[in-house]
Amino acid sequence: MGENIRFHFDVDGDDFSSAGAASVEVKKQLRKLGFSPDVIRRVAIAMYEGEINMVIHADGGTVDVEVGDEDITMILSDRGPGIADVEKAMQEGFSTARDNIRSLGFGAGMGLPNMKKYTDDMKIETALGLGTTVIMKVNV
Amino acid sequence: MKIGEIKELLSAEVLCGEDQLECQVYSACSSDMMSDVLAFVKDQAVLLTGLVNPQVIRTAEMMDMKCVVFVRKKVPGEDIVELARDSGIVLMRSDLRMFEACGILYSAGLKGHEKGGN
Ligand SMILES: Nc1ncnc2c1ncn2[C@@H]1O[C@H](COP(=O)(O)OP(=O)(O)O)[C@@H](O)[C@H]1O
Ligand SMILES: [Mg+2]
Repeated sequence: MGENIRFHFDVDGDDFSSAGAASVEVKKQLRKLGFSPDVIRRVAIAMYEGEINMVIHADGGTVDVEVGDEDITMILSDRGPGIADVEKAMQEGFSTARDNIRSLGFGAGMGLPNMKKYTDDMKIETALGLGTTVIMKVNV
Repeated sequence: MKIGEIKELLSAEVLCGEDQLECQVYSACSSDMMSDVLAFVKDQAVLLTGLVNPQVIRTAEMMDMKCVVFVRKKVPGEDIVELARDSGIVLMRSDLRMFEACGILYSAGLKGHEKGGN
């Protein structure tokens, strides 16, 4: 049982075009580490939706990924506006994104449901005006 | 169908990945909403879209897709082509509209899903 491998990324809230770059990098690293395509895909999609959310709803943040023996954990933290009603935000189709976001291909209200669907465990800690932390785990 | 046949059928211009035109693909999907692609796509290897931004390529990469086709005369910037090249994704553009492009590929045998799945 070796040391867990960790990755840290800063996600720039001002640059939509670079959103997702951290997820692409994690995907590459997990491939190198030899994980199954299914595990890699689930981690990458969940993290990607989370990254996009941080950019479009919260002005950026940080992502920490820890690769353990039993699971891969992703922690996405931001100091954005927080989520007023988490249960509502989790519903498919619920979105507060404006039309300019939809014209970029996101804002369909599928992000959080996707993150839940592709991970084995997901927790949201959020406080209005302070920010949001999303913790997701994928079993390996 | 070979990726090269998609190029022929759609009178498309290949922007990168010319060396992979012999590669076989069996199913495709089309959408301008990337979240929908991330939610519903299973093993489709080709994405047709009228949306042009780097997130299209990242979405295709997340879904392990092999080929992205920009329809409706869209011309992607060099940054997008570069991203596709780095990801090993074949990038094409066609003047056809979405409905026509999909119809042509479907009629030629490309399916919406892999071997009778859903
Ligand atoms: N990191 C975040 N900070 C603040 N609000 C968020 C964050 N992530 C999600 N939300 C809220 O939850 C809603 C639903 O998120 P999601 O399912 O990803 O859909 P979408 O991003 O398409 O709006 C968002 O519209 C937004 O109101
Ligand atoms: Mg979202």
